[in-house]
Amino acid sequence: MTTLSGAFFGVIRRDLSIAMRHRGDLLNPLFFFLIVVTLVPLSISPEPARLAAMAPGMIWISALLATLLALDNLFQDDFTDGSLVQLMLSPQPLWLLVLAKIIAHWLVTGLPVVLFSPLLGLMLSLPEEGFAPLLLGLVLGTAVFSLLGAVGAALTVALHKGSVLLSLLVMPLYVPVLIFGTSAVQRAVDGMSYGGVMAMLAAASAFSLLVAPFAAAGALKVGING
Amino acid sequence: MWQWFHKLGSPRWFYQISGKFLPWLALASMVLIVTGVVWGLAFAPEDARQGNSFRIIYIHVPASFLALAGYYVMAAAGAVGMIWKMKLADMVMVAAAPLGAALTFIALFTGAVWGKPTWGTYWIWDARITSMLVLLFLYIGIIALSRSFSTRETSTRACAILALVGTVNIPIIYKSVDWWYTLHQPATIKLTGAPSMHPDMFKPLLVMILGFYCFYALVLLLNTRTEILLREGRATWVKELAQPK
Repeated sequence: MTTLSGAFFGVIRRDLSIAMRHRGDLLNPLFFFLIVVTLVPLSISPEPARLAAMAPGMIWISALLATLLALDNLFQDDFTDGSLVQLMLSPQPLWLLVLAKIIAHWLVTGLPVVLFSPLLGLMLSLPEEGFAPLLLGLVLGTAVFSLLGAVGAALTVALHKGSVLLSLLVMPLYVPVLIFGTSAVQRAVDGMSYGGVMAMLAAASAFSLLVAPFAAAGALKVGING
Repeated sequence: MWQWFHKLGSPRWFYQISGKFLPWLALASMVLIVTGVVWGLAFAPEDARQGNSFRIIYIHVPASFLALAGYYVMAAAGAVGMIWKMKLADMVMVAAAPLGAALTFIALFTGAVWGKPTWGTYWIWDARITSMLVLLFLYIGIIALSRSFSTRETSTRACAILALVGTVNIPIIYKSVDWWYTLHQPATIKLTGAPSMHPDMFKPLLVMILGFYCFYALVLLLNTRTEILLREGRATWVKELAQPK
């Protein structure tokens, strides 16, 4: 019988290697992120001053949409090929395995979005002071997106056409993160301290780390029986 | 002593007991709401700055109260249903979702109507309005989820989880009033300390709030009773009920 940590890291390793074998799927959310941001100057104005004013919000919104787009894959493939049920039947606690899946999912979707964001900041002429809080905020924020999104993904895994419903369910939950994330960048650009806002973001991610794996595990048990 | 708690688990018992409450609740809510409406709309003094347009407060505030309280009712019922596997709590949760969504919509709509003469615009991106809108989205998400499963039991469990996760947002909705103070006036009624309204204006509001609470309870009971009949359709007592006398 495998140990607890063995199972945990086993799930992470398995999910990462599956992701590495479908590199195209990895890039899709990133291109989506890039394209959405490209549409902004095309649809509003290429003027640097106006772009800079919208940059924090636009980057955060497109990061949110990009992670939302990738959420579908969190449990869907494993559900279709039956390995998700195997995970649920394993003697290890389900929340731990779900946490492992979320971490792996964040590594292949959230992290690339974070790393990609400075480039988009440049394209939208975000002032220099905004880059550090943007990166830091997105690290914390995308973690919340993945964690809370996992609950929605687990609830809708067995449903046909679950993806629209999924975004309907989780987007309202993302609102506080979006508010804190954009205001951190905005405050830094305006020359104010953003420590307090960043602390709220960190608190949000710590709290969802605490709650989401259990909720997602419970949701999986419900969602699959349905 | 705890027998009533066990009895609550029986939909049949609840159906019979709640049937006795219904006329009283209906009477109470009708008397209170009619009194409150007439008092508030006709007899309460005119507001010094807003004139008569402030009178929509007698609908707006009670609806907003219950829109928020309704989410707690729903989440608490979902939690009870999940923890003690109580069928009745599940049914209350399902019954509370559309009701809460409707009240949230009423609060938003009356707010917009009130905003036009007061602020000169129907919609403003103020913290409290926005959090009300997010609350409406939370309700809509739960209603959408509850309609997408094939069995009622699964859909209730799923909704309960979502409602509990959504409760995380509710403190933020309350706190948002303090976080960003923009155009919206600060909370009018404080639980501690004197209300910042004139007593002559405040009393009919209190009557309206009580009336709305009774009305909420009434509709919640009716919705729950419908849900009981739908789910217990195979039970003999429901079949007997459906027999023409």
